[in-house]
Amino acid sequence: MPGLIINLSIYADEAALLAGLRRHDPDACTCLVKRFAPLVYARALRLVGDPDDAEGVLQTTFIKTCDALPNFDGASSLGTWIYRIATNEGLMLLRQRRPQVAFDAVAELLPADELPQPNHSWTIDPGRAALNGELRDQLAQAIAALPEPLRVVVTLRDIAELSTEETAAQLGITPGAVKVRLHRARLRLRDLLAGYLGFVTEDDDDQTAAPPP
Amino acid sequence: MTKPQHHHHSLERCRTLIAQLNDYLDGDLPPDLCAELEAHLAGCPDCRVVLGTLNQTVQILHTLDAVPPPLPADLEARLLARLALPSAPARGKP
Ligand SMILES: [Zn+2]
Repeated sequence: MPGLIINLSIYADEAALLAGLRRHDPDACTCLVKRFAPLVYARALRLVGDPDDAEGVLQTTFIKTCDALPNFDGASSLGTWIYRIATNEGLMLLRQRRPQVAFDAVAELLPADELPQPNHSWTIDPGRAALNGELRDQLAQAIAALPEPLRVVVTLRDIAELSTEETAAQLGITPGAVKVRLHRARLRLRDLLAGYLGFVTEDDDDQTAAPPP
Repeated sequence: MTKPQHHHHSLERCRTLIAQLNDYLDGDLPPDLCAELEAHLAGCPDCRVVLGTLNQTVQILHTLDAVPPPLPADLEARLLARLALPSAPARGKP
């Protein structure tokens, strides 16, 4: 019987894990799953929005990963490579699910004359926000509720942190369209956080003007 | 709850500049437009609040998957079975 305690440290680093994978060491594959499956599944779920579909993406991703390992050239990290496979699988599933709705279909938009409400200001440490389970749940629900074209773009750009160009290439849309959708998605999520964090300031002078990174 | 403000300047101006805030945050706004935007921000607290909170929204999104929840056990078991893998590495390996 295999040990009940899963020893993730039998491979010192990614290079050792990769060597194990290339030797077809079953332990290596199990370690690969343990290490990368949680994030692959979390991202797949955001992308496709359905647990059963996300599980399908997860399984296909690891089957393809194991099949394609001999071709892995090490140009990117193993994680980056696996998440790219997962993203492709997720997007393919979205296209199959609704072949008529291309990603360049008109996204659901903010009304043109709607300005974000400025009278909610907040300051929250993103590191602490990451640990705030309720905030994360709220945000995850808000992302899930976005129209698909906005959800997919914000997931790829702001959560998976692909570049505008990579996102455009993945979706087969222009970089300009990526920016427009990202803008709308971010404004909606900002509004949600404003409502959730709920601080209203009477006088916003000298507050929260952030420099660009 | 009060209605949207942006009362210090023409709404049209704020609307135009808010459309540029994400490019600004992403470092994609050309320098001349950056200067214009910054001049507006200096005199428009409402747009400053939108920028500050938008920036924080993006930062929070960046951390959203920093610690993904563990895979549900049944889901992991099905994945390992599908891959024909043992559920845990054998003991005593290097
Ligand atoms: Zn303004």
